[in-house]
Amino acid sequence: MNTKIRRIKKRGFSKTFIIIIAVILNITFSLLMGYWSYSWLPIQASEAAHYVDNLFAFETTIGTFIFLGCTGTMAWILVFNRAPKYDESNGEPLEGNLKLEIIWTIVPLLLVLGISTYSTSVNYKLENLGSKVKYDYGAEAPFIEEKKVFDYGPIDVISRQWNWEFVYPNGIHSSELHLPVDKKSNFRLITEDVIHSFYVPAFRLKQDIIPGSIITYSLTPTKKGVFRLRDAMFSGAYFSENQTNVIVESEEIFYKWIKETVKKELQNGLNPAGSLYQKRLRNGNRGWATVKPAPDPKVNDAGIESRPHDS
Amino acid sequence: MTIVNYDPRLVKSKNPYPKGPNDWKRFFSFNTDAKVIGIQYIVTALFFLLIGGLLAMLIRGELITPPSDLFDPTVYNGLYTMHGTIMLFLFLFPILSGLTNLLVPPMIGAPDMAFPKLNALAFWLVPVFSIILLLSFFVPGGPASSGWWSYPPISIQNPLGKMINGEMLWIIAISLSGISSIIGAVNFVTTIIRMRAPGMGFFKMPIFIWTVLAAQLLQLLGLPALTGGAIMLFFDLTFGTSFFRIEGGGDPVLFQHFFWFYSHPAVYVMVLPVFGIFSELFPVYSRKPLFGYKFVAVASFGITILSLVVWVHHMFYTGTPMWMRNLFMFTTMLIAVPTGVKVFAWIATLWGGNIRLTTPMLFCLGGLFNFIFGGITGVMLATVPVDIHVGNTYFVVAHFHYIIFNTIAFGIFAAIYHWFPKFTGKMFYEGLGKVHFALTFIGATLNWLPLHWAGLLGMPRRVASYDPEFAIWNVLASIGAFILGVASIPFILNMVSSWVRGKSAPPNPWKAIGLEWLLPSPPPHENFEEDIPTVLNEPYCYGLDKPFVEDEQFYIEKSLKKH
Ligand code: HEM
Ligand SMILES: [Cu+2]
Repeated sequence: MNTKIRRIKKRGFSKTFIIIIAVILNITFSLLMGYWSYSWLPIQASEAAHYVDNLFAFETTIGTFIFLGCTGTMAWILVFNRAPKYDESNGEPLEGNLKLEIIWTIVPLLLVLGISTYSTSVNYKLENLGSKVKYDYGAEAPFIEEKKVFDYGPIDVISRQWNWEFVYPNGIHSSELHLPVDKKSNFRLITEDVIHSFYVPAFRLKQDIIPGSIITYSLTPTKKGVFRLRDAMFSGAYFSENQTNVIVESEEIFYKWIKETVKKELQNGLNPAGSLYQKRLRNGNRGWATVKPAPDPKVNDAGIESRPHDS
Repeated sequence: MTIVNYDPRLVKSKNPYPKGPNDWKRFFSFNTDAKVIGIQYIVTALFFLLIGGLLAMLIRGELITPPSDLFDPTVYNGLYTMHGTIMLFLFLFPILSGLTNLLVPPMIGAPDMAFPKLNALAFWLVPVFSIILLLSFFVPGGPASSGWWSYPPISIQNPLGKMINGEMLWIIAISLSGISSIIGAVNFVTTIIRMRAPGMGFFKMPIFIWTVLAAQLLQLLGLPALTGGAIMLFFDLTFGTSFFRIEGGGDPVLFQHFFWFYSHPAVYVMVLPVFGIFSELFPVYSRKPLFGYKFVAVASFGITILSLVVWVHHMFYTGTPMWMRNLFMFTTMLIAVPTGVKVFAWIATLWGGNIRLTTPMLFCLGGLFNFIFGGITGVMLATVPVDIHVGNTYFVVAHFHYIIFNTIAFGIFAAIYHWFPKFTGKMFYEGLGKVHFALTFIGATLNWLPLHWAGLLGMPRRVASYDPEFAIWNVLASIGAFILGVASIPFILNMVSSWVRGKSAPPNPWKAIGLEWLLPSPPPHENFEEDIPTVLNEPYCYGLDKPFVEDEQFYIEKSLKKH
C-alpha cells in the first residue's frame, strides 16, 4: 500500500502533464469529428439542412469528447490498474466524493439544457409544420387557410399503398415532385389509406401523413438536382418501393414544366409496387397476405422510374 | 438500529416438488421455488434468443444485397416483426424476470418470493403466449407483419378478412405477456418491500435490488396503458369497433400514445436491472466500494420518474405541435443526467481498483463502453431537428441495438457468468467465456456501428430493398450479424458442458460481498432457512473493514459445511 502511494506521488507531475495532453488531443479529435460529420450526411438541399447539420456536428463534437473522455479513462484504468495474477487484494477504498458527484450532476444538466435551448431556437426558425386538421372519413380533404406566407403552392401530396401523386394548384398531376429552387413551397399532406411519411433526406425533413387528417407543411429547397423522396413510415408489403424523386429546378424551368405538362394527356404514373404485385400473381401468389396495391395513378407527367438521383 | 421488516411467517413455504431439489424433472413442473422458476425463465428465454437470432440472420441475409431477392417483401415484413417481438417479449423480458427471481430472494435474505404460486403462474404464461406467437407463423396469411409497434391502420387491415389471423394471435400473445409481467411486478415489489433481512434498510440494499424495484414499479405504472391499447386494437381488428379506425371517427395517433406511454418506459424496465448488474459487478472485479452508492441508488428512481414523461420523443414527426416537441425534448434530455451519474460512478469505481478481467467483467466493460456510445446517439435523437432527419431510419435501429443488444444483452451475459457458479454449483470455463466475449464484441460492433451511417444518409428502417448507395454499410452489418451467430456456439458449449461436468463451485468464488455469497452453491431451497443474517453496513465495503452482516464467520462456515 505504502509503495503504491509513493509511486503515485512520484508520478504526480507527469500525471497532470499526461492529463493536459490527453484533453488537448481529445478536443482536437472531437473538433475534427464534428468537421467530418458533415460528410456523413447527404447533400444539403433545403433551408433546414444546414441548421440540422450544424446541430449534428455540434453534438458529434461534444459526444466525441465525452465518449473519448470516458472510454479513454477506462482504457487508462485497464492498462495501469490491472491486478497481477492471483492478486486478490482490495483497491483504494474510495466510497465517494460529494464534490465530484455534484459536478457530474450539474455539468451534464447545464449541457443538455444548453442543447435543448439551442434546438428549440432552431425549431422556431424552421417551422415547417403548419396545421393539422381532422376531417370526416370519405369527405374531400378540406381547404385550410395557411397563416404563414409561402411563395408557391399549395401542392397536394397524396400518398398511397404504394405510390405518390402530386397535384399542383393549376390541376396538373405528376408522379414526381417538381419544385422551384429557393422558393418556399407549401404542401397539403394527404393519405388515402395508412400512415405514410414524407421524407426527403437531402432536405433533412420528414413528416408523417395521418389518415383522417390533413397536414400543411412548407419547405424551401436551396439546391437544384434530383433527390429521393422516401416513405419513412412502414406502410405494408411494398413499403420499400414507395419512393419517388423530387426535382428541384430553376424558377424558369419549373414554370416551363408547369406550362408544358398542362397540355399532356393523363396517363399511368409510377407504380413499382403494382408491377411487383402482378409478378407475384403470375408466380402463383406465394408469400404472406397483403392488401392489393392501389391502381396506377393517372397523371400528366408520368416521371422516370430509374432517373439517377443526386442523393 | 435494527429495522425489522422481515415477516417470519413467510419463512415456512413448503417445497412442493416431492422428490427434493436435485431432481431435474422439477424444472418441467409447476414448481414454486423462485430459484427453479428463475432457471426456467432463463433457459426458455435463451432458447428464444436462438430463434430470434435465426430470424435476424434471415433479415441480414435479405439485406446483404440492395434488391429484395431472398424473400417476398410480405415475408420479410413478417420476419422482422417476429424478430423484434420475440427478442423483446420472449427473450429480454423473460430472461430479466429469470435473473430477478434468482437474485432477489438470496440478495435480501428472503426464503422465496412473497407469492410463490403467482410466481409460477407468471412463468407458465410464457410458454403459453410463446406458443401462440409461434403458431401464428402457420395461420393463413402469415404472422403479424406490421412491426412490433403494430400501428393502426396498417395493423388492422387484415387483408384476408379472416377472423383468426397473425395479427390477432400477436395481440393475444402480447396481452398475455403483459399480464405475466404485471403478476411478476406485484410479486417483486412486494417481496422487496416486505421481506428484507433484519437491518437491511433501503440504503443498505444492493443496487440490483434498487434497480429491480425501480423497474418493476415502472411496469406497474405503464403496462395498463399498453394492455388497454392492445385490447382496443383487438376490438378494432376483430369486431370492427373504431377506437383507432378513421371510418368510425377514431384516431390512429391515439394508439401511438398508448403504445409509447408504456414502450418507452419498457426500455428502462429492461436497462435498469442491467445498470444494477453493472453496479454489482464493477466493485467485485475492481475490489473497491461502489463510488457514490447513494447517488447511484437514487438515480434509479430519477430515471423511473423521468421515463414516464418522455414518450413523445417517438412521435416528433407525427404532427405533434411545436410546444409539445420542445417540452418532450427537454424531459428526454434530462434523463441523461441521472444516467450520467451512474456512468461516472462506475468509471470512478474502476479508477484505482485492482481490475480482474474475468469473463463477466469483460462483458460489463464492453457493455459500459457500448452504453456510453448508445447514450450519446440517444441524446442526438432527442434533439428534435436531428430526429426529424434520422427518425425512422437505420440510425434509430443502430441506436437501440447499441442499447438493447450491445448493452442490455452484454449485461445479461455478464450476470449469467457471474452468478452461474452460485446457482448451478459449477464453475464455467474461462477460456470459452473469453472467446464468447471477443466474438460477441466484434460481431456486435460490426453489425451496428456501420448502420449509423446508413441512417444518416437516409436509409429508412424496415425496408426489404434499398438504393445501392447504402450497400456497403449493409454488407458490413450482415457480416457482423453472422459473427454474432457464430458467437452463440462457445456460449452454449460452455453453459451445457460446465453445468454437466464443470468443477464444483465454492460458495464465494469471486470473493464478493453480498448475502447470496454467504450461501452454499447452489443455495438450499429456503436460502438462509432459520438463520436469517442481520445486515450491518452498506454493501460493497471492499477494503473498508466494515462487516456486511453480524457474525459473518458463522455464515461462511455454514456455507462451506453444506457442501
Ligand atoms: C444477431 C443479433 C441481431 C441482429 C442481426 C438483428 C438485426 C435486426 C435488424 C436488421 C432489424 C431491423 C429490421 C428492419 O427494420 O427491417 C432489427 C430490429 C429489431 N431488433 Fe434486432 N437484431 C439482433 C438482435 C436483437 C436483440 C438481442 C434484440 C433484443 C431485444 C433485438 C431487438 C430488435 C427490435 C425490438 C427491433 C425492432 C423491430 C421493429 O421495430 O420492427 N434485436 N434487428
Ligand atoms: Cu423512448
